[in-house]
Amino acid sequence: MLRFIFGRLLVLIPTFIGVSIIAFAFIRMLPGDPVMLMSGERVMAPERHAQIMAELGLDRPMYIQYFDYLVGLLQGDFGKSIISKRSVLTDFLTLFPATVELSFCAIVLAVALGIPAGVLAAVKRGTWLDQTIMGTALIGYSMPIFWWGLLLIIFFSGYLGWTPVSGRISLMYFFKPVTGFMLIDSLLSGQPGAFKSAVTYLILPTIVLATIPLAVIARQTRSAMLEVLGEDYVRTARSKGLSPFRVVGLHALRNAMIPVITTIGLQVGVLLAGAILTESIFSWPGIGKWMVDSVFKRDYAVVQGGLLLIAAVIMIVNLVVDVLYGLVNPRIRR
Amino acid sequence: MPLLEIQNLTVEFPTISGLFRAVDGVSLTCDTGEILSIVGESGSGKSVSMLALMGLLPSNARITADRMAFDGKDLLSLSARQRRTVIGKDMAMIFQEPMSSLNPCFTVGYQLGETLRLHMGLNRAERRTRSIELLKFVGIPAPEDRLGNYPHQMSGGMSQRVMIAMALACNPKLLIADEPTTALDVTIQAQILELLVRLQRENGMALVLITHDMGVVAETAERVQVQYAGQKVEEQPVSGLFRDPHHPYTAALLASLPERAVIGERLPSIPGVVPGQHDRPEGCLFSPRCTFATDLCRREVHEQGPDFGRALCNYPLRIGIPMGHPTLSVALAGEDA
Ligand SMILES: Nc1ncnc2c1ncn2[C@@H]1O[C@H](COP(=O)(O)OP(=O)(O)OP(=O)(O)O)[C@@H](O)[C@H]1O
Ligand code: SF4
Ligand SMILES: [Mg+2]
Repeated sequence: MLRFIFGRLLVLIPTFIGVSIIAFAFIRMLPGDPVMLMSGERVMAPERHAQIMAELGLDRPMYIQYFDYLVGLLQGDFGKSIISKRSVLTDFLTLFPATVELSFCAIVLAVALGIPAGVLAAVKRGTWLDQTIMGTALIGYSMPIFWWGLLLIIFFSGYLGWTPVSGRISLMYFFKPVTGFMLIDSLLSGQPGAFKSAVTYLILPTIVLATIPLAVIARQTRSAMLEVLGEDYVRTARSKGLSPFRVVGLHALRNAMIPVITTIGLQVGVLLAGAILTESIFSWPGIGKWMVDSVFKRDYAVVQGGLLLIAAVIMIVNLVVDVLYGLVNPRIRR
Repeated sequence: MPLLEIQNLTVEFPTISGLFRAVDGVSLTCDTGEILSIVGESGSGKSVSMLALMGLLPSNARITADRMAFDGKDLLSLSARQRRTVIGKDMAMIFQEPMSSLNPCFTVGYQLGETLRLHMGLNRAERRTRSIELLKFVGIPAPEDRLGNYPHQMSGGMSQRVMIAMALACNPKLLIADEPTTALDVTIQAQILELLVRLQRENGMALVLITHDMGVVAETAERVQVQYAGQKVEEQPVSGLFRDPHHPYTAALLASLPERAVIGERLPSIPGVVPGQHDRPEGCLFSPRCTFATDLCRREVHEQGPDFGRALCNYPLRIGIPMGHPTLSVALAGEDA
């Protein structure tokens, strides 16, 4: 198993270099530059502009800038924001827990609802229940996230007034972050009502972010279950006199989970992409919003460093999924 | 009262082109300590009838029977929950494909132990002891080491032994073996059959052995029931069936046995195929392939009495002569004189 993990880590190196090039090039392909955008409405004299660019080292040839960046990376230095001068890694680590908290809640919701829904649809194949579940999943899958988020805000925040619109917790509460996870910190703070407040802020973004993974997981579970339910070993399980719950929930589901786990792993990438939109809609102070803001400001260092860190997270998650996959599927275990 | 009694079992599947009758009025009995064999070509409804008995058919199957009783219980009136206390315990089944019949995600020990916990309420230690005992019983070497194996680590013959051990876990009164050796190598086939017969004797249970191999029947069973296109066409003790088959289909099956073929001659095989859903004839289902078929056969068919092995035939054979046949029996009788 250790050799397997080590081998996978080796493969990550070229991927990492590829991502670093793409991230580096992508942000520079956008029109404008950080200095121009910093100056805002005021028109800056071309000489002054050139001078600041030179101070920032952005006037040098691309390959030298990239080489510089690479050397920094090799020393574990992800660069400094051009605008705030803060370390990209520090900002990432500060903001990342907010994204993790949101993504984690979303994936938990998607798995907790998606797997039972898919199993139910497969077991009740062809009935109105199956059609309702799969119809809903299709709608969820094709829903534009932005529109869906706004719809929920209008209804639950605007019309019903149940949930707040933006942020992570009510301004009434203030405490020093310990873990960076609001649900945990609010509990640790001991302030009455803080946890409840954090939950109400989390609900809508979680639903919005979970929607697409939920639909994908439900559909994948259904099709995996349908395949597995026709297998001989499911008939064997029934021939033992086991309850339908055990036959479906243990013998069939265990096998159906093998492809579903891969799907869930792939959803993590989708989730982080979705987090960018969701965080922007709900002003959720995570890395998604951070990236969007930085792209708008053409903060080259933040975008290229941040994207690389996000890619690293996705790659690590995929590795974890592969290991998990080996644990549920004895055929590839060593 | 026999251990197992089925009367007039019919199983139909809804298909896009109407109902398909996979089993058509089959009756069967099997006693404690007896080996009953069901033979027939592929598609003759052997598996479906036994799966119906076990309650393992998909829910869209329509099952009707005049009577279906096992061990004094009327299976037709049992709820699904009550039936689950019988199957896997007193009535167990093993299948054609041992490799795919074991769950790839669980160890042999787990899959064996599951039955022991469910039906016998054994604790962990007792389950382990009993599992080892069972694996030893079915001839698996080093059973302690096998408990932690996953199915993909075992051969087909080994898997079938594990399936048999699982089926025998609760000392069933009836074991149904659905072509248990078809998927295995020839040498392993003989070993598994030998094992089944030995276990049947030692446990004194009833064994229903489904096969399409007359050779297997000859070696193992005491009584045979021949099925064709979902119908039972004949039943006899093995010796009687091989000596004097009463149904033309049985006779043709026996004639196609390699041992019976005359050296140097081509192996006779039955021309034509088993009728499917769309080409089911009126009257006798075997008539399109039967050398003795008459207009009467194509209109209707009658079941004979016990003297003729309840053959579903208008002109049952006696030492190869179709009795009461309008043309052939007369001609043959004439030749004799
Ligand atoms: N679930 C099902 N739905 C529709 N038709 C079915 C179903 N199961 C079996 N059949 C049909 O019923 C018929 C009888 O099948 P069965 O499996 O009992 O044959 P068999 O005698 O066991 O043959 P084999 O020797 O190939 O195992 C076949 O034509 C088969 O296609
Ligand atoms: S009823 Fe007629 S067609 Fe059918 S098996 Fe007997 S002789 Fe042949
Ligand atoms: Mg079969």
